[in-house]
Amino acid sequence: MAAVLTRDIVKTFGTMTAVNGITLTVPDGEFMVLLGPSGCGKTTFLRIICGLEQQTSGDLIIDGNIVNEMPPRARGVAMMFQSYGLYPHYTVRNNIAFPLRTQRVSRAEIERKVEWSSRLLGIEHLLARRPRQLSGGERQRVALARALVREPTALLLDEPLSNLDAKLRASARQEIKQFQQRVGTTTIYVTHDQVEAMGMGDRIAVIDHGQIRQVGTPAEIYDDPADRFVATFVGAPPMNLLARNGAFLGFRPENFVPRDMIDDGAVTEFSFRVDRSEYLGSERIVYGVIDGFDAQVITAKLPPAHVAEDSIRPGEWHSFAVRNSALRYFDQVGKRATRH
Amino acid sequence: MLRVITNSLREVSFYGAVALFVVLTAFPFYWMLITSLKSNPDLYNVTNIPFWFNEAPTLEHYRYLFEQTLFTRWLLNSLIVGLCVVAITLAAALPAGYSLARMTGRSGEALGIGIFLTYLVPPTLLFLPLSRIVATLGLQNSMWSLVVVYPTFTIPFCTWLLMGFFKAMPVEIEEAAIVDGCSLFGAFVRMVIPLSLPAILTAIIFTFTLTLQEFVYALTFISSSAQKPITLGVATDLVRGDIFFWGEIMAGALIASIPVAIAYNLFLDRFISGITGGAVK
Amino acid sequence: MVDIAEPVATRQPSRFRFILDRREVLGGLFVAPAILYVLLLVGAPFLLAVYYSISAYTIYDPSWRFVGLSNFRQIIQNPVFLGTLGNTFLFTFASQLLGLILGKFGALLLLRPFPGRKIVRAVIILPWAVPIALASVAWEWMFDSLYSVINWTMIALGIIDRSEAPNWLGNPHLAMLCVIVVNAWRFFPFAIVVFLAGITSVPQDVIDAATVDGAGFWRRNYQIILPMIMPIVAVGLIFGIVFTFTDLSIVYLLTNGGPINATSVLGFQGFQVGIVSGDVSHGAAISLFMLPVLFFVVIGMLRFIRRREI
Repeated sequence: MAAVLTRDIVKTFGTMTAVNGITLTVPDGEFMVLLGPSGCGKTTFLRIICGLEQQTSGDLIIDGNIVNEMPPRARGVAMMFQSYGLYPHYTVRNNIAFPLRTQRVSRAEIERKVEWSSRLLGIEHLLARRPRQLSGGERQRVALARALVREPTALLLDEPLSNLDAKLRASARQEIKQFQQRVGTTTIYVTHDQVEAMGMGDRIAVIDHGQIRQVGTPAEIYDDPADRFVATFVGAPPMNLLARNGAFLGFRPENFVPRDMIDDGAVTEFSFRVDRSEYLGSERIVYGVIDGFDAQVITAKLPPAHVAEDSIRPGEWHSFAVRNSALRYFDQVGKRATRH
Repeated sequence: MLRVITNSLREVSFYGAVALFVVLTAFPFYWMLITSLKSNPDLYNVTNIPFWFNEAPTLEHYRYLFEQTLFTRWLLNSLIVGLCVVAITLAAALPAGYSLARMTGRSGEALGIGIFLTYLVPPTLLFLPLSRIVATLGLQNSMWSLVVVYPTFTIPFCTWLLMGFFKAMPVEIEEAAIVDGCSLFGAFVRMVIPLSLPAILTAIIFTFTLTLQEFVYALTFISSSAQKPITLGVATDLVRGDIFFWGEIMAGALIASIPVAIAYNLFLDRFISGITGGAVK
Repeated sequence: MVDIAEPVATRQPSRFRFILDRREVLGGLFVAPAILYVLLLVGAPFLLAVYYSISAYTIYDPSWRFVGLSNFRQIIQNPVFLGTLGNTFLFTFASQLLGLILGKFGALLLLRPFPGRKIVRAVIILPWAVPIALASVAWEWMFDSLYSVINWTMIALGIIDRSEAPNWLGNPHLAMLCVIVVNAWRFFPFAIVVFLAGITSVPQDVIDAATVDGAGFWRRNYQIILPMIMPIVAVGLIFGIVFTFTDLSIVYLLTNGGPINATSVLGFQGFQVGIVSGDVSHGAAISLFMLPVLFFVVIGMLRFIRRREI
């Protein structure tokens, strides 16, 4: 049975439509990532699931109950906010205990649960401190402990890593994911960072302009994008697209290599003029144009160790190729099509 | 050499200007102080130097004020009126300010501006009908009429002050509380109020000073000496016939002014951020 | 995509169980007391005042007889009233202007830190902080016909003779001057606060950019800073004008409207006629004359502010 099921959720603010009909199923225990650019409606959608916003139309079903009219506390959800939302005037212990206090749980039970939750996140030694005395990482763990102490049906996270600097982000990502696997709570995670999404999600829902473009595992999203938006949003540098007669031919930069690097015969060849290249240590990004498509800047991502310098000398035309199996076709509307 | 001269000239003129301003603003208060401490023969002698004591300073005016006039009664009246008005104002303005700050959308904003504009409706327009209303309620000549009427300007003012403050408070904490199981009202009581105590304190102080500074309504509604609040009493009641008891008046004015002056100085910064938050946004 | 079987739709809770959680309901409840108070004790009296002005109500004869606009006509024909109206405009305009100039200047002085600035600021706030009636009484004593300290100073400095000592509050023109000065004195600290708040809110980058672009002190001030702080100055001015135009405390305590109505202003006249003399209907009519001016000031300023929104 699905933990969270939404049916055609629509949310309008006056004349602006933020969420334009999202139907999504999140099975029990899954780590679902909502991925999309800023303003695509993913945070609004999350808040609707949480109950902080009311949908204009559509149904929301959590743990088998229709919760459209219910406030957050009756839905069995817990949320972790971008800035954590810790209560500054309470100690860590009282922060974690708060969700239980509001439900009139007995004091003994509260004690037990707070111990359990704080031990789970390794913050027992911080219980007497106040939020302002904690580091960023510690605060995140307190927020998680608070979210989990009620053993919610669904855990909702709203871009919790965006306030951290890059170094902390990787380890925090690791912590959250490991943690979720251990505890097994259904989790819905919102982010605009596709690296986070690919690294953490069991499945990813790519959202743009209030609609789902594709739902699938990271592999599905990356290798079989459903449309141009998904294809170019996920993957850095983004997928190359060649426009011809309104339709598009796509291939990822890492699949676009000098001809002599591929042994196969099933390739499509291009005449490629290199304009510029960036050496990034672990890889080399090469920018240039393909003969016949002067307006497009095409990128190639090459492993530096295997590429001879003279095969990518700037200003010259070289022979590059893509394996046919790596080609993707998109029709006029942008949707994925089979080879025409 | 020239640079040194122009620099020191600039310094001198700067401090000179500052001194001028200080004298301009402070002199009347110095005058109050000196007058209140001068004996009557010293005061009422045209040939005496007014700026300092010609005869020994005396506390007789203060003694007279406390022993022979209703000054202490007036102080008590103002205190009672102030406390009651603060209570009424907070009860109405705190929830209103919060609601207007969180109620997004044009209706909330319009309502906020509307409430704020009522602060601008002049007492010298409303005092006529209010005096009739007060008479109908049987409160004429009683300080309780002030308790009823003063919130008409303290509530709009405090609502606006608190609204500005709440708007600046991040919503996340309230939302976290709601997700954690509080009702909207619960979040307000358990999260918003404890975290906004500085703003509430500012509102209390300013409400109190507003009631102390008020003159028009007090003048209109109250004529019997025993019911007067401090400002009205000092300004109008310390006369016998045509003779003004200047020493006592100045003493009373000084005593009544000090708490307000102190309060303003302590809370000025917060008040300024309240104004700029609202206007410059 | 996984297709999940339809969940058994369980009973939805009654609509009223969580009614206090609805923003609209709670929001409305929260604002209700304040709105009620304002409607009952500001809105209703306001309408009542309008009603009085078109009736023949006095406290001796509380009749609700309609007399149309005759009250207004009678007032306008009274020369005292016209003088009052003129006085009010003069009083407001002059004191606000003086207050603004002093305020701007004072703000510039207080802008940079200097030793003792905190104390200076505390002192300069005093005229505005202290109850207006008490300050007026102090000035009343300072302007006293016999014992005025100002006169004493001028005599001592040899500027004038004892016989030439001006009777500040007894001379119509001087009395008006006194009233204007006291009001400006009371208003300028507020102007300083407003200007300071405005000037400090201008981002330093803008000022730096102007300096790099070659703008000197005066140009920076009048072409860059002043336009940027117009909205907040306008708001401060609205307050100043409204409170000055409708004030009666200073006039009541300093001159009691005299000598012979030379300093009578609208608020004061309304008081004299409506409360002291008991002629409620005429008093209300006089007070209502404040409205058009206030209305135009507020609307004008609001539009000015909105247009200047950067």
